[in-house]
Amino acid sequence: MKRRDFLKGCLIGGAAATLGTTSKSWAVGSFEGYPDSMGVLVDTTRCIGCRSCEAACNKEQKLPEPDVPFDDTSVFEEKRRTTEKAYTVVNRYEATDGKKAPFRKMQCNHCNEPACLTSCFVNAYTKTKEGAVIYDGKICVGCRTCMVACPFNIPAYSYSSAFAPVVKKCIFCYHTRLKFGKPPACVEICPREALTFGLRRDLIKMGNERIKETPDKYFDHIYGEKELGGTSWLYLSSVPAEKIGLDETVGNEPIISNVKEFLGMVPMVLTIWPALFSGIHLLATRNKDHGDHDNHSAQEDGKK
Amino acid sequence: MKKLIDNGAIVVTSHQKASGKDWTLMEKLFLGLPFSQYIGQALRNPLNWFFAVVLAVGLPIILGRFIFGLSWVTHSSNDYPWGLFLGFGLFGMVPLSSSGFQLGTACEVFGRHDLEPIERLGLLNGLLGYFFAVIFLLCDLGQPWRLPYPMVLAYGPAAVLFLVAWHVATYLSVQIAEVSVSFFEWIGFPIGIKAIRKITLGMTVSGIILSTLHQGALGALFTYAPGKVHPLWYSSSFQWIHFFVSSIPGGLCMVITVSTIAKKTMAWRFDKRFVDSLDRITISLAKGSSMGLATYLTIKLISIAHDNKWGYFLTGYGQWYLVEIMIGVIVPMALFAYAIRRKQMGIIRLSAFMVVIGIFLNRLNTAYITFNWKLSYREIPHWREVVICVTVYCIYIMVYRFILYRLPIFYQWQAQEELATEHVTESAAHKHAPAHDNRDKSTVLGLTPEYVTESKSTSL
Repeated sequence: MKRRDFLKGCLIGGAAATLGTTSKSWAVGSFEGYPDSMGVLVDTTRCIGCRSCEAACNKEQKLPEPDVPFDDTSVFEEKRRTTEKAYTVVNRYEATDGKKAPFRKMQCNHCNEPACLTSCFVNAYTKTKEGAVIYDGKICVGCRTCMVACPFNIPAYSYSSAFAPVVKKCIFCYHTRLKFGKPPACVEICPREALTFGLRRDLIKMGNERIKETPDKYFDHIYGEKELGGTSWLYLSSVPAEKIGLDETVGNEPIISNVKEFLGMVPMVLTIWPALFSGIHLLATRNKDHGDHDNHSAQEDGKK
Repeated sequence: MKKLIDNGAIVVTSHQKASGKDWTLMEKLFLGLPFSQYIGQALRNPLNWFFAVVLAVGLPIILGRFIFGLSWVTHSSNDYPWGLFLGFGLFGMVPLSSSGFQLGTACEVFGRHDLEPIERLGLLNGLLGYFFAVIFLLCDLGQPWRLPYPMVLAYGPAAVLFLVAWHVATYLSVQIAEVSVSFFEWIGFPIGIKAIRKITLGMTVSGIILSTLHQGALGALFTYAPGKVHPLWYSSSFQWIHFFVSSIPGGLCMVITVSTIAKKTMAWRFDKRFVDSLDRITISLAKGSSMGLATYLTIKLISIAHDNKWGYFLTGYGQWYLVEIMIGVIVPMALFAYAIRRKQMGIIRLSAFMVVIGIFLNRLNTAYITFNWKLSYREIPHWREVVICVTVYCIYIMVYRFILYRLPIFYQWQAQEELATEHVTESAAHKHAPAHDNRDKSTVLGLTPEYVTESKSTSL
């Protein structure tokens, strides 16, 4: 191979690599959440499992009729999860130490640095400055990586739709309420004031005050204050969070931190590999160029 | 096919028939056989009947998936969003397709011309593996027609999948270009061959980059789910290295496996160069795989030690992990070490097959079998999902075979000038015995012109 050909080859290789990988490298800095992010404090000690939040959500988000009516408590026999038909569900957990069985409402926790958002390759998710994690179904390809990535197993997929399936999850009533400063439907309807809507930073103070005032009633931890980089929805409970189905092994780092190591490696490969392998090529074929390889290419050229 | 050759059928290896006339495209498509004979050999092959049954069941179900939606073919699980299509099809097939960049690199960059006879098989294996991984992806995506969106409409550059999408798309085009040389030779398009040859080195180097990144990226995809992938299969720091390193023996062993199957079923398509060098090349590839496996095993152990996960070995998952490592890494390594030294080809080929199964199992474990290990239930795939997977895999084998039968992958295309002289003498010798008629009278012609000369001298 002639040197000119070789250089040409290198150029093309470099160009192809650059084309193929546009600006992957802008690494994701850490993000603590928008300063005026709203949130909801869920005081599970107050929840009685009336399921009125489920009903309100269903109405507000215009979801289909539920399989089981909202006043039926038989649903507590098993653990449910969010689906395309229900953006929020209440589950009952086992009672401990003679206390009554705790309930917990489950919905999207609207992370400060959402795993779904960072895993989406078409950027269908947006974290709004009000704190909601919303979703654009118009560009969703349906790879469902967000469902794999979500540490809380929240996003559901409308599998039943053949031609326009999209991800379905709680959007904090963003379009109808949050945008206008109003609390989401579930918070408004809660008869026990188990849900409190407000600025996230105020809610953390409020939670700590409640724990301080009645230390017997609460387990000393606000779940969501630090977990996975912080979430807009925060939980108070009388028992450790894992007793009400909240995973305490998730750590305080957002999901994207696990991925950064790989993302940081990408530009290195992009820049080092072409030079490295072109160099190896030069070394490996240096002496053979006029022997082996030329014979070979002459032979092949002869075939035309 | 073997019988037909014994009866005097000529294998297409050049543009011209023995009589000096050019093969037409149709004749090339029918392997140089008359139509009735071509259909006859296809019908005699029992594998074709198996494929026919699979397609008869599978194609309507694939069609149904696009008409009735994913819920018709899968359990529509929100907890297991990636089912068999991705676990089996995408994650399983891509590591076995790394052969393209490895053999490309070995031959074009490292100057290992001794591996050249199998380079094209490596490239083709890569191309088809990726192509069908994309087919599986299309089956799985909710709205497959939006697949180009990340390229043109909406960018999520912080997402690993964005990287995968771009790299697979770019790499697929690179591989099509690399394999197209064989196609151009076959249809007779020398300008194309020349053009591709000029950019071969560039393409090979970009192939290395793209492969490193997206083989790794497929692993990095699972770092989004640290709580869901079982700790033994998960490592935040090493996941991408695991996937990348294991793809190296995976791809090499896949080439050994495919060449073994071809040796058993389509040896008529091999030329002398390939037949003579196959064992030697298999040993070279096996040596490469051994090194890859040793590296892989070391990194696996380091990652277990790094996060101190030894305790998990006492659980059921731990034993399953050991099974996977035994099948895919430790046993083949031992067998390779034993057999390479003694040149026992049977054992080498068997352990290559074990590596293929082991790497495949690793991906299936990571993506599906041990996924969501904290959840109380395991997802058993819907039967239609299984049928679709089997069908797509059968189509993959059919396309693979279709190409191997025709394009110069196992043999070298003979240029016209080289043959011209031979034809003159040949047609003089067999004036009354042209290729297709008087089959019984015509002398047995060998597989390739190399043989032609040999058989000529014997018949004369």
